[in-house]
Amino acid sequence: MTTMTDPPGQGFRLSQLIYDTRYRSLTIQVVAMIVLMLLFSWLVSNTIHNLQTLGKDFDFGFLTQPSGYDINQRLIEYDSQSTHGRAAVVGILNTLLVAVLGCALATVLGVIAGVLRLSNNWLVSRLMAVYVEGFRNVPLLLWIVLIFALMTESTPAPRAFRGDTPDASMLFDAVAITNRGVYIPAIHFASPFFTNGLFNWLLILAVLGASIFAISRLRHWATEKQEATGDRPTTWYLILGLLIVPTGLLMLLMGAFLDMPSLQGFNFGGGVHLRNSLIALWLALSLYTGAFIAEIVRGGILAVNKGQTEAAYALGIRPSTTMNLVILPQALRVIIPPLISQFLNLTKNSSLAIAVGYMDVRSTLGGITINQTGRELEGMLLLGLFYLVLSLLISGVMNVYNASVKLKER
Amino acid sequence: MKNTVILGALTVAGLAAGAASAATLDDVKARGNLNCGVSTGLTGFSAPDANGVWQGFDVAVCRAVAAAVLGDPMAVEFVSTTGQTRFTALASGEIDMLARNTTWTFSRDNDLKFEFVGVNYYDGQGFMVPKELGVSSAKELDGATVCIQTGTTTELNLADFFRVNNISYEPVPIETNAEAQQQYLAGACDVYTTDASGLAATRASFEAPGDHVILPEIISKEPLGPLVRHGDSEWGDIVRWSLNALIAAEEYGVTSANIEELSSAATDNPEINRLLGTEGELGAMIGLEADWAKKAIMANGNYGEIFEKTIGENTPIGLSRGLNAQWTEGGLMYSPPFR
Repeated sequence: MTTMTDPPGQGFRLSQLIYDTRYRSLTIQVVAMIVLMLLFSWLVSNTIHNLQTLGKDFDFGFLTQPSGYDINQRLIEYDSQSTHGRAAVVGILNTLLVAVLGCALATVLGVIAGVLRLSNNWLVSRLMAVYVEGFRNVPLLLWIVLIFALMTESTPAPRAFRGDTPDASMLFDAVAITNRGVYIPAIHFASPFFTNGLFNWLLILAVLGASIFAISRLRHWATEKQEATGDRPTTWYLILGLLIVPTGLLMLLMGAFLDMPSLQGFNFGGGVHLRNSLIALWLALSLYTGAFIAEIVRGGILAVNKGQTEAAYALGIRPSTTMNLVILPQALRVIIPPLISQFLNLTKNSSLAIAVGYMDVRSTLGGITINQTGRELEGMLLLGLFYLVLSLLISGVMNVYNASVKLKER
Repeated sequence: MKNTVILGALTVAGLAAGAASAATLDDVKARGNLNCGVSTGLTGFSAPDANGVWQGFDVAVCRAVAAAVLGDPMAVEFVSTTGQTRFTALASGEIDMLARNTTWTFSRDNDLKFEFVGVNYYDGQGFMVPKELGVSSAKELDGATVCIQTGTTTELNLADFFRVNNISYEPVPIETNAEAQQQYLAGACDVYTTDASGLAATRASFEAPGDHVILPEIISKEPLGPLVRHGDSEWGDIVRWSLNALIAAEEYGVTSANIEELSSAATDNPEINRLLGTEGELGAMIGLEADWAKKAIMANGNYGEIFEKTIGENTPIGLSRGLNAQWTEGGLMYSPPFR
């Protein structure tokens, strides 16, 4: 054996930064960092310079100024004397509304279409393929505009409902489908003790939650009894009773009644007005994103080993139960991560709302407010910040859910 | 690595150079055409004809400026802008001037940092409703659904009008005039509101214009005019005086029919001589050739001729001169003297 000796010590040479593998990666990173910083500082200084040339400053004070414009769909109190900040909040709530509705419907549609596309029935699987390919491969904006146009052009105007022999009539005297939207009955409360609508709904929700909790305890008790004695007590009437009676009693106490839409002046009054813009945007977003989710679900199911299905069948488990208890729980692990990005896509795609005049945050803060105040930079930054925070929130919540369904390693 | 650094530095330097913009006049001359922002299509004011050539009252202003600066009225690149995108397009330098029936207001002039160079149409906001509704006044519109172009002054006037009169309405925000027209005809809104001239132009393009009435109330002042960015006064002056040249030409009786004759030699009227460049050096004062105003007027004729050709009483739009007559005939059109 020869003894390894260190080569005679040499001083550090500059060329080592590039040719010596020990330093090379560090050099590259430092240079890339410098370039990035230079680019960033140029962006900032260019912005400042251009703002100065235009004589503009950087100021968020406009958010406290009266907005001066009206918004048709508002979930909180708002009129044209409210501030631009409040208009932005109204827009944010509208964005959240369509995003939540859209994510829910898209998931339902996607799971159904994804499962059915794997069906052994030729017609069903091909129909689903047509749906998926049709919606996935045509731009979303076209679907939004198309659905909106269908709804405004093919439904009757409110004035068609007027007169002794009207051209159009309401469904069950409760739902009016017009080219301005769908009017459905609203639930109002007559009791003088319960005047705050929001509080009432929260109370009802709380009671309903308590009922559901009680039901889950009941089923738990039934399962324990079944395991102990082999007999499962009949619980369906108890469950039904728990679900309906407390909430029903509470609503009776509050004096709940149905407020039917009726023709008043130019439009229908009373009830809840679901505007065409909301419905068109909601349907288009759901159908479009649902097509992507269908593919994700199909991929997730195909990722589960066929042996699992065969094993379940061998145990005598029925196909539907196999899907619900064996395949889907395992497929979820594959489905959830790409599903998160579909939810994010849907939320961000909701900013196409302006195409049908839906007043989301892009239309209020990012549209009219910027236009009336000339604060493009501030408005766009706020808008970007909002979508960033919303996306991170959705992503965070979904990651928590993902952690709960993923394979537990102990 | 060295290359990357050098390329990066070059890119940064290049971008920085691009950002520092030169004067608009030099840009336009170097480019060889004028970028002019117009609407997305409003018959009579700015809309492409059957051959795809832009025509209209606002378009004529663009063409006059292009003729004055470049000597060619067709050297215009028209950029369609919506109510929402027009100001960003102008502020960012995408267009050199905006001639899109835009209302001159204090905040647009000062807060948005633009410079309105004059007024080419004095307008006011009106309402159009189908005749069968039987409405005769805007104050009877309680509960009506109103189609409105978003990002406009009409949006704010509308909110004020209904609030002051204590009546309710449902706004339906819409991006362009074409969409508004479609929604209105489909009955998705009871009322369409915009500048009265715009209503007349829109109604003229309907299959049955007679089925729609424009209500008598005019609820606002809407002086419409071309505008440029703040901070380049030379360019602003060129656009301003091109517009004034058109107005002055009508006042002095200079038309596209007699302009050749009037400009061939000095006439008896010194105002006309100075305007057409046969006397004095007004052209040189704003950095243009001596016959700049002659070219501007020859592009489409004088202000009155443009009005008659595009939106006047003999066109389907059928607007009368009203406030837009010359000051000598009881209107508000008044050009400062060419001296």
